[in-house]
Amino acid sequence: MSNKVFMKGCEAIAEAAVRAGCRFYAGYPITPQNEIPEYMARRQPQVGGVFVQGESEIASINMVYGAGAGGTRSMTSSSSVGISLKSEGISYCAGAKVPMVYVNMQRGGPGVGTIQAAQQDYFQATKASGNGGFKMIVLAPSTVQEAVDMTYQAFDLAERDRSPVLILGDGVIGTIMEPVVLPEMKSDEEVAAMKAANREWAIVGHSRDEKRGFLDPGYWSTDMQEAHCIELDAMYRSWEENDVQVEELSLDDAELVFVAYGTSARIARSAIELLRADGLKVGMIRPKTLSPFPVKSFDKINYQLCKCILDIEMSIPAQMLFDVRLAVKERCAVDTCLRSGGNLIERDDIIRKAREILNGGAE
Amino acid sequence: MELNLMVAGFGGQGVMMVGKLLSQATCDSTDYNVTFFPSYGAQQRGGTANCYVVISDHEVGSPKPNIVDQLIVMNDVSMVKFRTNVKSGGIIFTNSSLVKSGAERDDVTVVPIPVTEMAMELGSLKVLNIVMLGAYIGYTQLIDENLVLDCILRLLGKKPEFIELNKKAFSMGLEAGKKAKAA
Repeated sequence: MSNKVFMKGCEAIAEAAVRAGCRFYAGYPITPQNEIPEYMARRQPQVGGVFVQGESEIASINMVYGAGAGGTRSMTSSSSVGISLKSEGISYCAGAKVPMVYVNMQRGGPGVGTIQAAQQDYFQATKASGNGGFKMIVLAPSTVQEAVDMTYQAFDLAERDRSPVLILGDGVIGTIMEPVVLPEMKSDEEVAAMKAANREWAIVGHSRDEKRGFLDPGYWSTDMQEAHCIELDAMYRSWEENDVQVEELSLDDAELVFVAYGTSARIARSAIELLRADGLKVGMIRPKTLSPFPVKSFDKINYQLCKCILDIEMSIPAQMLFDVRLAVKERCAVDTCLRSGGNLIERDDIIRKAREILNGGAE
Repeated sequence: MELNLMVAGFGGQGVMMVGKLLSQATCDSTDYNVTFFPSYGAQQRGGTANCYVVISDHEVGSPKPNIVDQLIVMNDVSMVKFRTNVKSGGIIFTNSSLVKSGAERDDVTVVPIPVTEMAMELGSLKVLNIVMLGAYIGYTQLIDENLVLDCILRLLGKKPEFIELNKKAFSMGLEAGKKAKAA
């Protein structure tokens, strides 16, 4: 009880961002994430920050590109089809090493799709959020509390790496209300100090005798561009060692292991409780970072016992499945349990599939 | 312990507010996990609206369960549409002023409360949702009635002219719910 408040996912994320020191937000409306800009419109002026409703997604991401380049903790958000529009700007941020945080509350696709929750942007989020083959840390919350904690952390990660960080939610995480404990508000002094620390690289109007700031989304020389790619690659590799976040559930005795993230994962977990109560040995790997993907967790599965890995996601065709297969390395069968188009995975779908596998063997 | 509740009716009947008040009161007064999930889409006055509340001592899995323990229906369309989504042994609270269809099954309890008429008696249709919330709490005793009332006054107390009306609506509902339970 104590200091918990009852908040909608979108609003809780916006508040967490403000508390983390976010002082610039630009976005354009789209369901199911409208409560983020709505909340920011009210909240940013209260803390001396800036809220802009851009004339488009493209304008908004480029404003964030600019604000981030100035060393201010900056953020944008959208949903699926709107994120596609932002992809050029996201790539610019990655290329020019401009830190920023953005949220994708996924909805059904492709195209304009539906406005209900889906997980159909996995590839876009983890493989190609824009041109040029850059990577980002992609955080995938499965509760409102986790969305808050991840948003708060995302700004630190973005600034540490001078790289975009993506919070990949979905329509459920965005619209449900849940009890949440909010993180501490960074003081004005702390926010100012963080910005001052970015002066080294940020474009803030340096004096003549200071080193000037340059942020380049590209280079005139192919060798320089290649060197930049190599430097980024080293950073991406370091994430695999240092920044994987994952929840592992009962892997040691599992005969069936679920792999699920976000909303699918919370539903899968509730299925595990019932299956375990019936004596079925089910475990779970829940990637909290989809990038870097928790590859090493798959080495903890006891493949002598495990009959099957079940990839559970709200995407048809399956997308995370390919990362799962790469991590399983053919040590075991991999099957899927999928919904799509804005329809939620149901606990009974998962239970039925699990029983089928454990009683009848995998496909 | 896990309780799934769905509230359904016309847009404009305050369906979302019933779910929100109930889940807010649960959050404020208990250590249970609770989720409130509004259906969103082309909801509008006169259209259909529904929301889900899940209360659990575990982490809540799906905030939008396909089968619920309890259903509150404010109009006939919702009754027909959702009566099959209730668990065997579950309860359906109906706004009997508008819901004329039956459950068409004998393994659920139907609690009819004429909330539209009751709200009209109080002089405002606006509070029919608060009457229903009162009836639900009176019947189920899910949360201490005073805590729910506090919550109503906090969330809906910005317009002082409605404070008394909401209080009356809630207590009228409570009595009706308690009476239905005793019957």
